Amino acid sequence: MAMTITEKIIAVHAEKERVQPGDLVEVKVDLALANDITAPLSIREMQKHGIEQVADPQKVVLVADHNTPAKDIASAQNVKLMREFAEKFGIPHFFEGGRVGIEHVLLPELGLVIPGDLVVGADSHTCTYGALGAFSTGMGSTDIAAAWITGTTWLKVPPSMKFVYRGERKPFVTGKDLILFTIGKIGVDGARYCAMEFCGPVISELSMDERFTMANMAIEAGAKNGIMEADQKTLEYVAQTGTKRKPRIYSSDPDAEWKEVLEIEVSSIEPQVALPHLPENARSVYSLPRIEIHQAVIGSCTNGRIEDLRMAASVLKGKKVHPRVRALIFPGSPKVLLQAEKEGLLEIFLEAGAVIAPPSCGPCLGGHLGVLAEGERCISTTNRNFVGRMGHVKSEVYLANPYVVASSAIAGYITAPDKI
Amino acid sequence: MKIKGKVIKYGDNVDTDVIIPARYLTTTDPQVLKEHCMEDLDPTFRERVTPQTILVAGKNFGCGSSREHAPLSIKASGVQAIIADSFARIFYRNAINIGLPIVEHPDATQEINEGDDVEIDFEKGEIVNLTTGKVLTIAPFPPFIQNIIREGGLMNYVKKKVAG
Repeated sequence: MAMTITEKIIAVHAEKERVQPGDLVEVKVDLALANDITAPLSIREMQKHGIEQVADPQKVVLVADHNTPAKDIASAQNVKLMREFAEKFGIPHFFEGGRVGIEHVLLPELGLVIPGDLVVGADSHTCTYGALGAFSTGMGSTDIAAAWITGTTWLKVPPSMKFVYRGERKPFVTGKDLILFTIGKIGVDGARYCAMEFCGPVISELSMDERFTMANMAIEAGAKNGIMEADQKTLEYVAQTGTKRKPRIYSSDPDAEWKEVLEIEVSSIEPQVALPHLPENARSVYSLPRIEIHQAVIGSCTNGRIEDLRMAASVLKGKKVHPRVRALIFPGSPKVLLQAEKEGLLEIFLEAGAVIAPPSCGPCLGGHLGVLAEGERCISTTNRNFVGRMGHVKSEVYLANPYVVASSAIAGYITAPDKI
Repeated sequence: MKIKGKVIKYGDNVDTDVIIPARYLTTTDPQVLKEHCMEDLDPTFRERVTPQTILVAGKNFGCGSSREHAPLSIKASGVQAIIADSFARIFYRNAINIGLPIVEHPDATQEINEGDDVEIDFEKGEIVNLTTGKVLTIAPFPPFIQNIIREGGLMNYVKKKVAG
């Protein structure tokens, strides 16, 4: 029986020969993750039910990346709860302070996720690890508590949709533009309950950083997971993390069943901007009227990796951020920050008049460090532009790649690097 | 199980950021969360919601974040059940896990209006619009999910499993 990558990984973890879409299966989990917003709920659920058990402390990951360093007393209490939980159960993978990065940047970097893994996380962007050829999906806090306790979870096997990318990319067109274009095409529920498999020659050409960006936003099309076949680039990425674990590489069988196959010719795609208030409102940056902005954010689990900072720096070098605009740079992890420092990117940002924030989720979800006021407009490399996402209910978020965000920061309105 | 209530109705793609904005996510207390439920979508929700409310919404209800605070805040508000044309995947699972009844029917928004009285009969697998008399048939939950509901949520189910 032919299977897709997603089906193969689920089958292995369910200890079954094969699975098919619609099957409800119990699977072993390689890693179960939560952050400082979602972990406190998981921990309190366990406490409420008097459960004093964690199946395997090595497979629990706790990342305090949303509201840290603590923005208020309540946030501090939440991180304290996580720290005490980690100490009690001997959980080695607890991250805060100078060790913290954005969970979905940090975990692949540390080699905690490798090809063939099955990972669940109490964060919707857990689907990011699909870029490594792993099955990974977001769940709620109670589901993650259950996975910590039993080492397993239940899954409904999703039907797979295949997205084949071909053609030659135009200048300033990145993985971010491909995924925004795709979501624009199928809509924010276009892949609801499905696996999105990204393939084709253009995907092979993408760097790992761009692949993470694409898999990260699968949830914005409603998907359960986004996935790509691991290749030489993936293996090189995994090898340099120093992990001792052995990757398991799966490919979709040629005769696997697809719910839908979409061929996407990339040659005519221009840098994309998703207008408020849904990621599906994507269009070419060149088609927009003059839209003035007050804030520009570069970072997040979508675009906070070193290549993203390099893209931004290539535009900002020797230029100044518009006096009306706050440009905020959020490196995704301590490693990204250090690399940016070594390459002189931080100097470029500072000379341009940008703010460099510590590695964290920052203002992406309107929590901390860069929240928008009423009527303010922000262009951002983040993943969501819902109503009130980054602050006031009457603020606006536009999504774009780091080139477009950097050039808009300079111009003061949304524009592409070749127009400034 | 039967649930009866008066409808408050919303449109498509109601996301978790408007159900419970991130600025309130430093707490896990449902009693605090309910004070801000739907605040960015409908500031009147808090005054209108009663222990007899059934929410009706369009497609992709609960899209976005995995924050369980979203269904928790809805449940704590007194909402008896949610009927939608379709639900986002993570929200659906979260609602089941915390014991918030949730029903999917593609014609929900077409056949049910704001203020209608509605009854959901889970045994018969029906949504009855008591105002218009229209009956919608719903598929039963898979046995695995019925088990979780019968146990009163995922943690009770897991507790039994661990003990067993």
